[in-house]
Amino acid sequence: MMKRSNSILREEFLTLRVSQKILFSGIIYTARDQAHKRLVETIKKGGKLPIDLKDKIVYYCGPTKTPKGKAIGACGPTTSSRMDEFAPCLLEKGVLGMIGKGARSAEVKKAIKKYKGIYFLTYAGCGALLSKFVCKMRVAAYKDLGPEAIHELEVKDFPLIVGIDSLGRSIYG
Amino acid sequence: MREIDSKKIRDAIADLCIKANFFLRKDVLASIKQAYAKETSLQAKDILQAIIDNAKIARKEELAICQDTGMPCVYIEIGQNVKITGDLKKAINKGVELGYKKGSLRNSVIIDPLLRGSSGYSPAVIHFDYIPGDKIKVTVLAKGFGCENKSLLKMFRPTASIEEIKKFIVEAVKIAGPDACPPYVIGVGIGGTAESASFLAKKALLKKVTRSQGHKVTRLERELLDEINKLNIGPMGLGGKTTALAVNIETYPTHIAGLPVAVSISCHALRSATKIL
Repeated sequence: MMKRSNSILREEFLTLRVSQKILFSGIIYTARDQAHKRLVETIKKGGKLPIDLKDKIVYYCGPTKTPKGKAIGACGPTTSSRMDEFAPCLLEKGVLGMIGKGARSAEVKKAIKKYKGIYFLTYAGCGALLSKFVCKMRVAAYKDLGPEAIHELEVKDFPLIVGIDSLGRSIYG
Repeated sequence: MREIDSKKIRDAIADLCIKANFFLRKDVLASIKQAYAKETSLQAKDILQAIIDNAKIARKEELAICQDTGMPCVYIEIGQNVKITGDLKKAINKGVELGYKKGSLRNSVIIDPLLRGSSGYSPAVIHFDYIPGDKIKVTVLAKGFGCENKSLLKMFRPTASIEEIKKFIVEAVKIAGPDACPPYVIGVGIGGTAESASFLAKKALLKKVTRSQGHKVTRLERELLDEINKLNIGPMGLGGKTTALAVNIETYPTHIAGLPVAVSISCHALRSATKIL
């Protein structure tokens, strides 16, 4: 597995352009609707977050239960637009990139450009296939949310397509 | 009167939940393979290949096809010459719980839609119907909410033209755009009342998506499919010839004052399984 710090990643991601495909190896964090709501509410109240968001990659995903003998169950992306209202706040807090499916709002595009972030797509509806690229998984925060908890995933050669690059250009126009 | 123990129905539902989630329907997979052959865009082909590989991995490794294993829908058609012993509704929900647990499927159901809170496996959305005979037909549909969120209903004027209705259906697909995992299967319910049109739209997804030769395809379904595939949404919304695999329409008589039309969009992972007891 490639070892590299995420601050170096930001430099690498800056050079990626819309539609480009990469295989990503490293750490990503799942977070979806309820986790986003909690994170943003905590930020707005000035509270302490359960994970440091700086240079993290957030994956919009709620995996199935882990079957015996596997690192994770099915773990494909969920619809990104539901996280649109929260994404600019997280990007401002230092989130480096997001992985999901579907288009994003104009506000998210603007925030990606402003904070030099990136938005990736991955194979939608292919949860079984994507589970093959996850080597390790642990719950990192909000365990009570079950499938919506924040999970830390160690991935190897996880397939990504650049959906919105750091210039704010979108694959969907 | 034939007697059936509700426990038998419970066990059948548990099996169907697993079957629906692990094994992509043969007709759906065949249709995706046909689409792969027709696509000329390399990107669209690449995505369709990932979808085909995904189905293969899920089948081989007994893994859920998609992490969103849906809010389970159960369709139960009961022969009128059958007597069921035990609590049928309880047995259905118990079956869902057992199946979802055994298959390591996702616990996506929350009890209070407003307060939210922690999630579980049940209750399912259950539809009962009576049919002639002494058999029970049980169907489980595992439809995720990425596409369920794109459902639409419109109450048309009774004088609305077919063109207006077509425009509404095509618009529903445009609104779903890349979000709901295209290529889609489009279920359409026309007639009845507001709630029955919505029911029919989803039930239409249970019909086969591939047409064997000689199968009677309505002109409207074919016209809609052609129009939808001209939208160039394509697999994952990245362009291509395959925006939808099929359009299935179900109709029901309606009232002189209205014309309800509902659209239920399914992602490419259209998962259902049926058993006759």
